[in-house]
Amino acid sequence: MLKTFIFGIVSGVVIAAGLLYFVPAVDQYREASLISVQANGGNTESFHVNLPHDRIVVGAADKDAIPASLQWPRLSILGDAQVELFKIRNRNDVVIGVASRISGTGAASGTLLEWTLHLPARGTLYANLQRQPDDAGRRSGKLRAGTREFAAMTGSINERFVRPDAAQEGEVDFEGRIELVTALVGSPERRE
Amino acid sequence: MKYAVSWLAGAVLGVLLFLAGLYYNPIANRLTVSPLAVSGQPLIDLAYSTVPTDAIAFTNNGESRISPYPEKIAELWEPTIRKTTVLITLFTDSRGQAKGVGVKFASESERTSLLKGHALVDSAWHVYLPESGSLFVDQTENMWSYARNIVLPARFSSADSWRGTWHGITTSGPNALGTARVAGSSGRFADLTTEAIEAVNARAYSALQGPVSVTGNLTIAAAEPVGN
Repeated sequence: MLKTFIFGIVSGVVIAAGLLYFVPAVDQYREASLISVQANGGNTESFHVNLPHDRIVVGAADKDAIPASLQWPRLSILGDAQVELFKIRNRNDVVIGVASRISGTGAASGTLLEWTLHLPARGTLYANLQRQPDDAGRRSGKLRAGTREFAAMTGSINERFVRPDAAQEGEVDFEGRIELVTALVGSPERRE
Repeated sequence: MKYAVSWLAGAVLGVLLFLAGLYYNPIANRLTVSPLAVSGQPLIDLAYSTVPTDAIAFTNNGESRISPYPEKIAELWEPTIRKTTVLITLFTDSRGQAKGVGVKFASESERTSLLKGHALVDSAWHVYLPESGSLFVDQTENMWSYARNIVLPARFSSADSWRGTWHGITTSGPNALGTARVAGSSGRFADLTTEAIEAVNARAYSALQGPVSVTGNLTIAAAEPVGN
């Protein structure tokens, strides 16, 4: 009887250790990555934000806050800084992450426009873009840093605001979409 | 029958003993001394409150005990982002002067292993300091010590709260010395590649509301003084 009890204790320890070892404590939900291969061996991927539904936060001194109850700090040091937070979607219109967009004019930084795209199951992209759009309404920039899946990548990122087309005009509240297209290639330097 | 009951009682005790061993595991102690303290580089110290109602905004999946802030902020309920939180906060320096804003993304990490005392979070900071520039911090945080010393005692407490003084460094990677990776982007941080660590100072925690008096400190090693 005592031997059975002691064997039970050992079994309990083994069962608990086995469960903790073999059953993952965290399992992030994944959507398939919708990547197109470029001729140079890199890849492109397209993300977008549907406005206004995917806008989580807008904070700035001279703009109406979203949500309306948000209190943006009225501090001179922040100047014209604007912080926006969005849900981002893949080409299939499925939410796959969250992104921050920060713009402003700083004493040291000059005018600045940056995106951070956080995809929980894959990693994070950090990009610095030109503040002024080109003639086609596109702002282009460079990937400054990436994490996990994007850690060894370099490349570019483009932002474009797309107005609703005729078919979408009738949709209630649809303001348009922000499109972000990345063109990335593996970098041996970053891998080191 | 009596052997089966005896085995079952032993197995339950074995599971409890194992869980107690994990909880009191002395090897999983917190890191309190910053690896940057011996770097000799100038340090930028940015402080913020982890209390959601002190932040500019905080959101999660809406099912946590820690409620999103402010009211009516969109929640991260979609399957791909429901294990993610986002905090938008004001940074102050060591004198309490506002320095800029930061956005922190934090997602539960699939490399979490309670067997090793690793409750990991993949987090990233997007930081904008108008007088200095902008930068990005990539880090893995180990929240096990914070959970074991603050969150779980608050849950076990009959008052549903924890009070005390606790300091711990949460950053555990991805760099070899357990520091975070920093990439500067503009201003004085342009092209800067350096390290950072994040620490937590806790004084009060509620099992019902989350942090009550908990501050975070992001310390960044700068290549040159940046007027902090």
